[in-house]
Amino acid sequence: MHPWVGAGPEDRRQILSELGLQSIDDLFASIPSGVCVDGIDLPPARDEDWIRRTLGNMASTNISMDSIPCFLGAGVYRHVQPSVVDAVLSRAEFFTSYTPYQPEISQGTLQVIFEFQTLISRLTGLDTANASLYDGATSLVEAVLFSHRVLRGKRNLVVVAETIHPMYRRVLDTYTEAAGIDVAVVAPGDDGRLDPEAILEIAGDRACCIAVQSPNFLGIVEDLPVLAAAAHDSGALAVEVVTEAVSLGLLAGGGRFGFDVVCGEAQSFGVAPGFGGPHLGFFACASKHLRQMPGRLAGETVDENGSRAFCLTLSTREQHIRRAKATSNICTNQGLMALAATVWLETIGGSGLRELATSCLARTEELKRRLTAVGDPWRLAYPQSPTFNEFLLIGPGSGTELVERLASEGVLAGVPTTDWSGSWPDGVLAAVTERNPVTDLDALVNALEKLS
Amino acid sequence: MTIPDDLMYARSHEWIKIEGDSVSVGISHYAQDQLGEVVYVELPEVGTAFAVGDELGTLESVKAVSEFLAPVAGEVLEVNTRLEDEPNLVNDDSYGDGWLVRLSGSAEGEELLDAAGYKEFLEQESA
Repeated sequence: MHPWVGAGPEDRRQILSELGLQSIDDLFASIPSGVCVDGIDLPPARDEDWIRRTLGNMASTNISMDSIPCFLGAGVYRHVQPSVVDAVLSRAEFFTSYTPYQPEISQGTLQVIFEFQTLISRLTGLDTANASLYDGATSLVEAVLFSHRVLRGKRNLVVVAETIHPMYRRVLDTYTEAAGIDVAVVAPGDDGRLDPEAILEIAGDRACCIAVQSPNFLGIVEDLPVLAAAAHDSGALAVEVVTEAVSLGLLAGGGRFGFDVVCGEAQSFGVAPGFGGPHLGFFACASKHLRQMPGRLAGETVDENGSRAFCLTLSTREQHIRRAKATSNICTNQGLMALAATVWLETIGGSGLRELATSCLARTEELKRRLTAVGDPWRLAYPQSPTFNEFLLIGPGSGTELVERLASEGVLAGVPTTDWSGSWPDGVLAAVTERNPVTDLDALVNALEKLS
Repeated sequence: MTIPDDLMYARSHEWIKIEGDSVSVGISHYAQDQLGEVVYVELPEVGTAFAVGDELGTLESVKAVSEFLAPVAGEVLEVNTRLEDEPNLVNDDSYGDGWLVRLSGSAEGEELLDAAGYKEFLEQESA
């Protein structure tokens, strides 16, 4: 076969016979039929223009987050996207380069990483942050494995809040099962918040870390100082995971309350929501545990002329030196998305981030007030608990049914908790950001009134 | 390449110094030279017991990470906490301030080399 000319019919026949398959469709037999789309009838081959036009028309019948009022969140958030972010991102120097194997020659990349670390460090309240990780879920996993290492593998239990995003907990289960670490889940109280007594009871003296999310999966802000104290009382490390990074513009990161690790998802910082990502994990810890931190770390130094320069302070240890002794399998970082977050944060600025977060909070509070005013059969699941920009709404039917019915009224009301059951009612998680003008709130309120 | 006469040596390049009923452990001048500039030392916890040949900890240099092993069986009585901030002591003073741990236990019955034996061992190794 020619390296850059596609396989011909004879090549395909040969490959299939080598694989013992009858047709190309057999290659995809493992895809569950439930996720396959039926009813798209396409001819075997057409010219490019026909394909673009026909498939384009088909695609335009999809509803996007931007085409109707949208309150989707649950771990992925829609925030302002200044055009400077994509402009910098699409520079070939950044866009096409792979992780620098001769790092110091890529001063621009190192400077970006250094600035990203600095920003994360300031937002989380911890003095060391790494160059980024793949996503929030793996950052939680790394935080748990980190805690296990810091306590020298002597404590084999991790206590996780049930109100950590259910997908994060599934990823954690996958890793901990393989690592032989036990996971105990602590349920929230009636107010959707964690009870430190319940944590202490489950943790005993066996836990290497207590992991909590704030704002939690239900959108509720946890009492971080109390939770950090509970973790430390049990001799465990305190881990905070953040899924809505914009909340850090208003709510101090756990580092300021004694948390040993603050990690999470920074997609909100300049990475547009997309099917399957990309996402952006971050990880910050106290510098005394630096050597147990996963991933890489860029540092500031001076070159031979005494000018400011950047270097890869820690990295090769995983890839080239430590190998089997590595602290994690993370050798690189989510470079391009870290760049997006850095440009985004530097464009928005410190006071800008605070304003943005304040506006999310204010709109959310306004929507909560208006929904409460709509009244029966609609209600907030946790009316007394403090939230940031997301909350759980209960109505006449399952969350999935409600979302479907509200969508037919022209509103994407949020993410149903129907498939993510737990110690909370089946409802709709609604997220509000600065991208929701007051007309969006009107649309949702009107739709709810219609369905009352 | 210095090989002090008053120490015993393991074939994995640790030295031990007998001090009453305990021994202190470090790595030889040859070993630190092979490793290059040490940037991080991972030490065991005081109170942990080790058998001969167990991994006591790791030494990370700019070019390699290698473990150092227990040359005798025993419990960790003390670790050199100065190495947390000054790992380069392992290079600068491998037989003195660059010591790693102090273990309970004795060298009796262990297959250790004296200075002359270690020198010969190194010559064979490099041959």
